[in-house]
Amino acid sequence: MAKRYDAIIVGGGHNGLTCAAYLARAGRRVLVLERRHVLGGAAVTEEIFPGFKFTVCSYVVSLLRPEVIRELELAKHGLHITPLDSAFAPMENGDYLATYSDPASTREEIRRHSPRDAEMAPKFSQMLYEMAFAVKPILGVVPPDPSRPGLRGLRTLRELGRHLQGLGRRSFHDLTKLMTMSASDLLDEWYETDVLKALSALNGIIGTMLGPKSPGTAYVLLHHYMGELDGAFTAWGCQKGGTGGVSEAIASAARSHGAEIRTEAPVAKVIVKRGRATGVALESGEEIEASTVVSGADPRVTFRKLVDAGDLPEDLVAAIDRFKFRGSSGKVNLALDALPIFPAMKDPALLRGSIEISPSMDYLERAYDDANHGGFSRRPYMDIVIPSTVDPTMAPPGKHVMSIFVQYAGYDMPEYGTPAQQREAFGDAVLSTLCEFAPNLKDVILHKQVLTPWDLEQTIGLSEGNIFHGELTLDQLFCFRPAAGWADYRTPIRGYWQCGSGTHPGGGITAGPGRLAALEILRAGN
Amino acid sequence: MPRRTAFHARTSDRCQSQSWQEWSGYLSANSYELEHVHEYHAARTASAVFDVSPLYKYHVHGRGAARLLDRVLTRDASKLGVGQVAYTTWCDDEGKIVDDGTVTRLGPERFRLTAAIPTLDWLEDNDLGIGAAIEDVSEALAALSVQGPTSRALLQGICDAELSRLRYFRQLETKLGGVPVSISRGGYTGDLGFEIFCDPAHAERLWDAIAEAGRPFNLRPAGNLAQDMLRVEAGLLLIDVDFVSSARTLFEVQKSTPFELGLGWTVALDKDVFVGRDALRAEQARGPRSRTVGLVLDVVALEAVYAGYGMPLHLPDRSWNDAVPLYADVERRDHAGRATSGTWSPLLKQYVAIGRVRPELGEPGQRVWIEETVEGRRHAVPARVAPLPFYDPPQKRS
Repeated sequence: MAKRYDAIIVGGGHNGLTCAAYLARAGRRVLVLERRHVLGGAAVTEEIFPGFKFTVCSYVVSLLRPEVIRELELAKHGLHITPLDSAFAPMENGDYLATYSDPASTREEIRRHSPRDAEMAPKFSQMLYEMAFAVKPILGVVPPDPSRPGLRGLRTLRELGRHLQGLGRRSFHDLTKLMTMSASDLLDEWYETDVLKALSALNGIIGTMLGPKSPGTAYVLLHHYMGELDGAFTAWGCQKGGTGGVSEAIASAARSHGAEIRTEAPVAKVIVKRGRATGVALESGEEIEASTVVSGADPRVTFRKLVDAGDLPEDLVAAIDRFKFRGSSGKVNLALDALPIFPAMKDPALLRGSIEISPSMDYLERAYDDANHGGFSRRPYMDIVIPSTVDPTMAPPGKHVMSIFVQYAGYDMPEYGTPAQQREAFGDAVLSTLCEFAPNLKDVILHKQVLTPWDLEQTIGLSEGNIFHGELTLDQLFCFRPAAGWADYRTPIRGYWQCGSGTHPGGGITAGPGRLAALEILRAGN
Repeated sequence: MPRRTAFHARTSDRCQSQSWQEWSGYLSANSYELEHVHEYHAARTASAVFDVSPLYKYHVHGRGAARLLDRVLTRDASKLGVGQVAYTTWCDDEGKIVDDGTVTRLGPERFRLTAAIPTLDWLEDNDLGIGAAIEDVSEALAALSVQGPTSRALLQGICDAELSRLRYFRQLETKLGGVPVSISRGGYTGDLGFEIFCDPAHAERLWDAIAEAGRPFNLRPAGNLAQDMLRVEAGLLLIDVDFVSSARTLFEVQKSTPFELGLGWTVALDKDVFVGRDALRAEQARGPRSRTVGLVLDVVALEAVYAGYGMPLHLPDRSWNDAVPLYADVERRDHAGRATSGTWSPLLKQYVAIGRVRPELGEPGQRVWIEETVEGRRHAVPARVAPLPFYDPPQKRS
């Protein structure tokens, strides 16, 4: 057998790479094994059409933990994020709502719709800002098991308790509401303008098979507000050259510390001997030894594919089988010959921000209803960015790439036939809906890539196509992520660890799970 | 009332913020949009255009041109080839810096000098016995600076010359959008960039051509707020901020030398006599009193300071230009020098500053403490000495 490693990371997604970088930085001999030819998992850039760089899946960055950027010196390794200017939501009556990065312009724009809401908007933002500040310490700790916390867990809980107590009464109430309410109910308490509610509710449903009226969506909304670009919460941006650049930067940091990274090296099984992981077996038959094996894959792959159920306690197997994936979103990526024209858009500079097809709360709820009864939304919600408007190197001069995140689309849509037929029908629904708001779009498409949740599972390996490695609902967060008792990155198999988005603090390009897992592995003396 | 540059009709049309400041007697936009940060990002991710017309510009020509410049400047002007550009300083008799700028050899006996402060008088005084012709062309040349990684591609679309052949710190005469220009590689952002000089009569045509060519490249006009963040990242000094011109102060304590400013490389001590040479030679032998360095603030420590007030970390959203004390100890007893400008770098995700420290504290990695005022109270926040520039992308020279 060849070289022996201290740690093997299964999966070269951004969390696997982060974990590898931290372990290598601590002097461990680390090997990352990625199934695909390209690193990044769902944070990947691919030139699907010649000359056009597609951010195939994940398309905006905000939640990347500042400590990871700092500790791995990611800017030195190529991290280069340009913030989005604005958000633009065309309405069905031909009007629109926009928000800008400067509060004054946003206030004036909202005033056009409702002077009362213009006054409430900064207060709402401030409340979310306070809440993001309130939960921030939670993002940086290993979740203790409340039923048997141990000394360290007790200390963590005490510190979090103190922090929460220090917030004051109102904040505590707000936090409780956010943790339990629906996005719709929460927004009703703040706003009267429907399109403003619809625009604000979006972050509550992304990646979740829940409608804006479903309880728990207020937390998902907060989750998307916890990003800190430049010390300012809530700022979203695009990585230069596409989201894959974030993964490449982390990979470069990992390599600089001596980590080895192999692509096109799919892992078939984690080798377990007498309850202890001793290495991995590749699909090619090759076996590689390591004293520690870390899975960056989602909980279903980690516990149900890479190892045998016989090596795990029954209650954990049952918990993982119940863990909700329920992919709810797809992706359409377009190569464009020219910019789309939205008749509702008075200032074309708004194309440099996000474009939200979310004209009303009713629209969102209907989109959910469609998918809830199987299939996809006939008129889906879309979160669109045209990264080439801020980073011209994404496409040839004057040409553009358009990234369309689409919700809802189910994992299982048998009424539309084969997966290829489902993809076709889904893509058609997306483009016909979008053309209602930007009629010229159909004439400028040079190439289109359509990904359903099924496609996301097949190509990226996301179970049921869930972009967060499992829904971000309260019952699947913190000490329940991915299962009670196993939220501290360990598994029942000694030497086998988890570091994917299916662990705390969850999905999105946070690199939080990868970092916390690595620190925990090192603390355990591996 | 400050004057308006030749591009004013265009810049004022784009200036939504209506935020202007005076620069060498001209109105100069602080930002075009309400949020200058997008202008900053355009310069780093795509490209940005700056109206730099207020620069002072001089043509020096005739038979003593090189000799005059060699007498005044610290760089060796006679060694410049035609089409070559050099960054230079110039000093007084005591070797104290008067100003910095660029000198371009336009022809065998023809040079252009740019300056931050009026320099005609200084040139004329030194021309005694040489007899070069000196012409103040500050008003006769309008100037734009197009900066950013896509600047070459966008200008190439309207340029008669092959810009990929124009190397770093070189200049050529050509046409841009049909307008005769002098164009040089360089600028004040530390990235790929070009400075373009033209006849003010053609200024609006030039602006329009660049704006049109820039459309597919996300070209944005950018103002002083973005400019200052960019130049701090690039480790480029600003007069009246990082140093004081010896021509503008009566007080010895405020003056500095090129060696103290990290600009010793611009001083050609071995060339024939020039203003300040003897003093600079003596200083080189003695070693400078201070060193100009980069500083990277410890953001984790700063966050802890804010946490002491129950507040989240606050980072400045623009650069600052007020001198801040540096200390060699956390108790703030041992004064180490001063930080003269700083900015949060959205690109590098670092809080960086330019400062001057005692020579023994100038090695990269050295820890010093910078004074940070939070909620009206002074704190010492650790910072690490780092080499300048902070940002130096490969395309700057390629």
